[in-house]
Amino acid sequence: MDEKTIKSPQNIVYQKPRLMNDTPMHYCPGCGHSIVHKLVAEILDEMGIEEKTIGVCPVGCAVFAYRYLDIDWIEAAHGRAPACASALKRLWPEHLVFTYQGDGDLACIGTGETIQTLNRGENITVIFINNAIYGMTGGQMAPTTLMGMKTSTCPYGRQADLHGFPLKISDIAATLEGTCYVTRQAVNTVGNIARAKKAIRQAFENSLQGRGSSLVEIVSTCSAGWKMTPVQSNQWLTENMLPYYPLGDLKNIKD
Amino acid sequence: MARFKGIIEVDTKRCKGCNLCVVACPLKLIELSPLVNRNGYNYAVQTDPEKCNGCSSCGIMCPDGCITVYRTKE
Repeated sequence: MDEKTIKSPQNIVYQKPRLMNDTPMHYCPGCGHSIVHKLVAEILDEMGIEEKTIGVCPVGCAVFAYRYLDIDWIEAAHGRAPACASALKRLWPEHLVFTYQGDGDLACIGTGETIQTLNRGENITVIFINNAIYGMTGGQMAPTTLMGMKTSTCPYGRQADLHGFPLKISDIAATLEGTCYVTRQAVNTVGNIARAKKAIRQAFENSLQGRGSSLVEIVSTCSAGWKMTPVQSNQWLTENMLPYYPLGDLKNIKD
Repeated sequence: MARFKGIIEVDTKRCKGCNLCVVACPLKLIELSPLVNRNGYNYAVQTDPEKCNGCSSCGIMCPDGCITVYRTKE
């Protein structure tokens, strides 16, 4: 069987999602953001709800998310994406509204908005990309930075007496009454990507069915901020991030 | 037993040479080309298409959606 026979459209088993356009992404090589963008595009295509989906962009690396996925987007002020999404969901209750935020946006500047929105049980999905660093601004320390981890603003490593402890937003969210689904996933291996996709899909379905807030934390890499190659950062994530941020469902109410 | 025959097509203009597909391939059939694309990245190429079974691991892992996977039964 020659190459041309195999390369026919009916034999395609995997390709770039239909909702992802041809604009080259500005993310660094091997960035976890791109993988999550791809998952969101695939899920919305599978669910067939791209016409009634509104995404809320954060400030951070994912600020240009609206350039890559062909759905409706709105750009929120720094950290205010959940507040913006609450308003959108109340105005268009039949729409799927999700926010896509990094750890600087969600866990630092927007902690108040995040906690209050999740506590109110707004029917939105929050996708939280946790890479333990401020990627866009040049690798400063974030609330999620691990103990002893070196960044440009803690060059001797994060110390408890000086900088406090890493913030586990998902664990806090799981204790709130308003949330129905809180999970922590990663995108470092093919298996984890498949599980992350399943989790995001369930969160979207929860939002459409009005069960409450869903938070999907995705432990991701920042190879530029961590000063490693993409492959090394995936190994570093497995060895250092996952013991502190264990994967799995923290809360899952199915009714 | 029917054997699957696969082949991948890499969008070399879009590829950023992050090496994740090389690591993700269970059969180690992908490597980075010594040539570079217009952005200066060494793009991924399939070295031995005969052995590929079209498992899609490289495509799922590719952050930029550069890889199209074809699969058929031999």
